[in-house]
Amino acid sequence: MGRVFLCPMNKKILDKKDIERALTRISHEIIEKAKGGADLCLVGIQRGGVHIAQRLAGKISESEGTEIPLGSLDISFYRDDLKIRAQPIVSRTEIDFDVTGKKVILVDDVFFTGRSIRAAMDAVFDIGRPSSIQLAVLIDRGHRQLPIRADYVGKNIPTAADERIDVLLQEEGHEDSIVLRKAKEGEQDAEK
Amino acid sequence: MKKLIQNGHVVDPSQNINEVCDLLIEGRIIRAMYPRGRGKGLVGDKDKVIDAKGKHVIPGLVDMHVHLREPGFEYKETIKTGTAAAIKGGITTVCCMPNTSPVNDNSGITEFIIRKAQKEGLCSVYPIGSITKALHGDELSEFGIMMEEGCVAFSDDGRPVMNPVMMRRALEYAKAFDVPIIAHSEDLSLAAGGAMNEGLLSQSMGLPGIPRAAEETMIFRDVALAELTGGRLHVAHVSTAGSVRIIRDAKSRGVKVTAETCPHYFSITEDAVKGYNANAKVNPPLRTPADVEAIKEGLRDGTLDAIATDHAPHHRNEKLYEFDQAPPGISGLETSLGLSLSLVEGGVLTMEQLVEKMALNPAQILGLSAGTLKPGARADVTIVDMKKQVKVDAEAFVSKGKNTPFDGWLLMGAPVMTICGGKVHEWE
Amino acid sequence: MLKSKHLLGIKDLSADEINLILDTASGFKDVISRDIKKVPTLRGRTVVNLFYEPSTRTRTSFELASKRLSTDVVNFSVPTSSVVKGETLIDTALTVQALGADFIVIRHSSSGVPHLLASKVDASVINAGDGTNEHPTQALLDAFTMREKKGSIEGLNVAIVGDIAHSRVAKSNIYCLKKLGAKVRLIGPPTLVPDVIKQLGVDTYYDMNAGLKGVDVVMMLRIQLERQGVGLFPSKDEYFKHWGLTTERLALANDDAIVMHPGPMNRGVEITSSVADGERSVILEQVTNGIAVRMAVIYLLEGARQEAKQ
Repeated sequence: MGRVFLCPMNKKILDKKDIERALTRISHEIIEKAKGGADLCLVGIQRGGVHIAQRLAGKISESEGTEIPLGSLDISFYRDDLKIRAQPIVSRTEIDFDVTGKKVILVDDVFFTGRSIRAAMDAVFDIGRPSSIQLAVLIDRGHRQLPIRADYVGKNIPTAADERIDVLLQEEGHEDSIVLRKAKEGEQDAEK
Repeated sequence: MKKLIQNGHVVDPSQNINEVCDLLIEGRIIRAMYPRGRGKGLVGDKDKVIDAKGKHVIPGLVDMHVHLREPGFEYKETIKTGTAAAIKGGITTVCCMPNTSPVNDNSGITEFIIRKAQKEGLCSVYPIGSITKALHGDELSEFGIMMEEGCVAFSDDGRPVMNPVMMRRALEYAKAFDVPIIAHSEDLSLAAGGAMNEGLLSQSMGLPGIPRAAEETMIFRDVALAELTGGRLHVAHVSTAGSVRIIRDAKSRGVKVTAETCPHYFSITEDAVKGYNANAKVNPPLRTPADVEAIKEGLRDGTLDAIATDHAPHHRNEKLYEFDQAPPGISGLETSLGLSLSLVEGGVLTMEQLVEKMALNPAQILGLSAGTLKPGARADVTIVDMKKQVKVDAEAFVSKGKNTPFDGWLLMGAPVMTICGGKVHEWE
Repeated sequence: MLKSKHLLGIKDLSADEINLILDTASGFKDVISRDIKKVPTLRGRTVVNLFYEPSTRTRTSFELASKRLSTDVVNFSVPTSSVVKGETLIDTALTVQALGADFIVIRHSSSGVPHLLASKVDASVINAGDGTNEHPTQALLDAFTMREKKGSIEGLNVAIVGDIAHSRVAKSNIYCLKKLGAKVRLIGPPTLVPDVIKQLGVDTYYDMNAGLKGVDVVMMLRIQLERQGVGLFPSKDEYFKHWGLTTERLALANDDAIVMHPGPMNRGVEITSSVADGERSVILEQVTNGIAVRMAVIYLLEGARQEAKQ
């Protein structure tokens, strides 16, 4: 018999409401742990973590009545993979406040191998000297390759290595949803 | 004060005028031209009336190739005596070559010449700057700065620019200032030591000869460089049939080239040096009858645009050296018009064409406001009596240079009055 | 992605590739503006500067760019090397490669040397100036500077002034600006601005005053005074009088026109001190941008190298 081609199976595992609830819960956890939030700042990791960080910042300031400093971090120059990928849309690091002495919360959409978090920490240390770094992620899909853990997790979703998680957001013109699917032929690792 | 020149036959090709009419001058400029007889009513008692009946009235002549010898060689000629000679010859504008001492290769010397001419000159003087520093042929002069001081063209005349790269650069660089490069086209290696035209006569006289090829190869080269660079070339003192052919061909291809010849090249041949007459020694040398015919044809068909004298005065002692040692050159300002009128007499040129060659074209080539009798133009006017016969008397020349092979010649037609900037010069 | 693992000339780059380099350079400019001016991304790679022509500024710029990417850098300066002992160019390049070079940055007085090297070595070859052919990284940093100051290069009126005929900087800039949609004009004496160059789609002017009207960017080129002796122009004085950038001349360009110069400058010959040090001059920013652009070039070429290996 010849090879059987399977279509990538798309399964929506979280919808708009689920995402909303998860983010609300994370924002409360952050506030609680920070006991007020004086030196807090949020840094979204390009590209997936930026909108998530924005939403969290919004929820925190709604709740506490104070604006939390918000920045975005491009980690392309800190990656450890040997392949340099040219990004079709070049993203920038925009942190217009001093991170020195602050509690930095890195924000990403999907937590996977942990390599991008390591790169993000190196990037933050080249910018300043934070008093602490924490990690907030919307989805933890497992398969850690480094001893890095998240402090705040929206949802744990165990996955197979050949599966992919797509985070679709309203800010990018989609309906808010998280989709689990099989990797397409030749599709590279998302390298997270 | 007004001056009215009435009843003269006015020939002004710049306005296509060739008829008897009245010319009114006011102050230093030409006011207007009127139909014959009308001018009288416009002048009063205090004004001057000049009757030019039976004579021709033409724009003051423009001689674009003159050696005034000052600074440095005042014993041969000065700006004062040279311009006085020009006036005598009906010439109101001269362009002086830079082979003075020091060479006019910088704005300081240019300024000196202009100042001296303003102070002592009797006609307009426009300096031609040198192409290369000290005429050495290896460094360009500062064209831009010198033009600002008053230079109207650049030439190493007296010498060629032997290095073709330098000639190329000169033609190219001059484009920035839209100014012509005037070429003394002579290959020094081919011409070396020559004292007259190379041929049977030079052989039989035992004098070293200058072959036609010395001029022709260089004109060919200069024309090719003008074509390559798109620069403006003006060929000085054309003397051979071959040269005329090369220039004719270049013009037909659209190369930006103009050319001049001198009265001696259409009036006499190498025979004039027989008897070792150093007054007939000139560079380029006098050639053969066939060349004379070709020069005339070149003037007739427009290949040669201008007649210039290459006025080259020398001290009388210098022309008494051994023939091959004597400096070449003819003192030509005072015989130029007389000799050139023979072209009209001989049917080679019309009077209008002659005025073009001797006034309008030189002015246009160098961008001078001269050579025209347009209202508003400077009052530079020459009155010519075509029926006046003059015997050339070198000793009586106003120029310090008495070196002419035409001494004793009877010329038909001569200037009788030269008006320069409104100032009247006349003589018996 | 860059199509080739070499950067031999702007002639080979598409507008998209040029924009990619400029966009990437923005990111690197951020890096070199902060306290820690380094990123670890090319750690372990080796860059060799092979300079057959003396050049402190370009070589130093490449050296710093390489170091900021965490590469190892080696400078091969010709007079102090085996080349003097008669070694051929290719032998030197192969030796350098055998020593572990991933990138060879080459500057040479003969046009086409980078192309020769690229055909013989595995390393990525970066042209730092070959003869009178090209100097691509200079054109890229010039374009980056213009883009930063003017927003966009398309439709910009750029005047390049000086010795165009012998300038690799001018040529690379002409190619680059044309690809990005700028309007280019060349100003200088006829001996330095050959007629044929109009065929590249540029206007030429001998009259600088006329040529500067309506110009947004005035790029001055260095006049090499050695040229004076070969009849290309008569003297420094004459050159300055007609083609020098003075405050009066600059006023003929647009009010917000910027002044650029690849350096080093001949003050008083092609440019006055008051213009060079004036507020419209971006000459020093060009130097800073040069590092960011060269970082982007090396970074993107590494990506192309990896791609080529597969």
